[in-house]
Amino acid sequence: MSEQGHHPAVPSPIERRVAALQVLLAERGLVPDGFIEEVTRRYESEIGPMNGARVVARAWADPEYRMRLLADGTAAVAELGFSGPEGDHIVVVENTPAVHNVIVCTLCSCYPWPLLGLPPAWYKDPPYRARMVREPRSLLAEMGCSLSDEIEIRVWDSSAEVRYLVLPERPPRSEDMAEAELAALVTRDSMIGVARL
Amino acid sequence: MDGIHDLGGMQGFGTVDHSPGEPAFRHEWEAVARALLVVVAGAVRASGGEFRHSIERMEPGHYLTSGYYEHWLTAAATLAVEHGLLTRSELEARAGGSFPLSGPVLATQAADPGPDVREPRFGVGDRVRVREWHPPGHTRCPRYVRGKVGTVVRVDGVFSVPDVEAHGPERRHEPTYSVRFDATELWQDSQRGVRVHVDLWDSYLDRASASRPGFPEADGQAQ
Repeated sequence: MSEQGHHPAVPSPIERRVAALQVLLAERGLVPDGFIEEVTRRYESEIGPMNGARVVARAWADPEYRMRLLADGTAAVAELGFSGPEGDHIVVVENTPAVHNVIVCTLCSCYPWPLLGLPPAWYKDPPYRARMVREPRSLLAEMGCSLSDEIEIRVWDSSAEVRYLVLPERPPRSEDMAEAELAALVTRDSMIGVARL
Repeated sequence: MDGIHDLGGMQGFGTVDHSPGEPAFRHEWEAVARALLVVVAGAVRASGGEFRHSIERMEPGHYLTSGYYEHWLTAAATLAVEHGLLTRSELEARAGGSFPLSGPVLATQAADPGPDVREPRFGVGDRVRVREWHPPGHTRCPRYVRGKVGTVVRVDGVFSVPDVEAHGPERRHEPTYSVRFDATELWQDSQRGVRVHVDLWDSYLDRASASRPGFPEADGQAQ
């Protein structure tokens, strides 16, 4: 948090509204001590794209794990200890030389929290949600992911209970890498599907 | 409701403000707002549908000009007021200014939620048409696929129907399906080689008849 430890003299209107709600709820005894700090800490340090990167690296390194991951994503990510809110029904979609997958939530912000953490702001903002289902080829190119016309684009709108993860293609010249090195190659963008590795 | 949240396919938006390394929270107040929503939703026992609908009822101008965590703050305050935890005047007095809340629920109370549907009506490969309807309450059926024909590619489990759970204590459960739409079925200006998959509850779908209306110029490209 960029503002941690910094107290501007005049709080902004949104900061005043947040503080107002916080004080009123606390006065009613509804905010347990340390709750806000604990939730924030978990999503800032424990839950994030490094979890999804471990899943991807394992799938690259272990063909049998890859098969289990594609057949039953929820069970396969649980093997690595990943589960929890927004992770009860995981489906993994695999990129190939002929197919590129990309994830969106046009209605709100659905996202596989246990694997990728909280979604970045651009994923939740109107331009991405409006455009990805209508003009994915040009939007991907705009975001730095230009695909040949021969590559099929599969867009997955997370409109019900399933949360998606893209399994990117293993990058070239990574054959000799160990799993931990492979995980370091995997980016959040590649697991949303707005980048290739 | 046909709300501002239902953004799929809307035009006129600009570039995506994309940065690969964005933090979980950009400001301290965002983290607090997020946690307060969890507090309120727990206190009033709001379902996921009721929570989402409290964001969808935001005034469209406010929705588009505020970020995600301001949506969560507005939802938390709206649910707290609607469930009697506190009042709007208390919020405004504490904030020292206006405290915009979401608009009222437009749907009348869901009458009979109907029986659960436990067995999928459709299987992988079945052609289905999305119902063309405009419910005034919460739904997870995006506008851009209504009336369109697609193919079931995956049958998932049986889940609580958001349209019911958002509006009261009743629940109905139905299977959901991942339905594949060729972009040519959805958009007159579709891009080449694109398929869009949308996850839909059973009651959003009918079996597609043999003939299907669509964009005439798309004929022959759809497969």
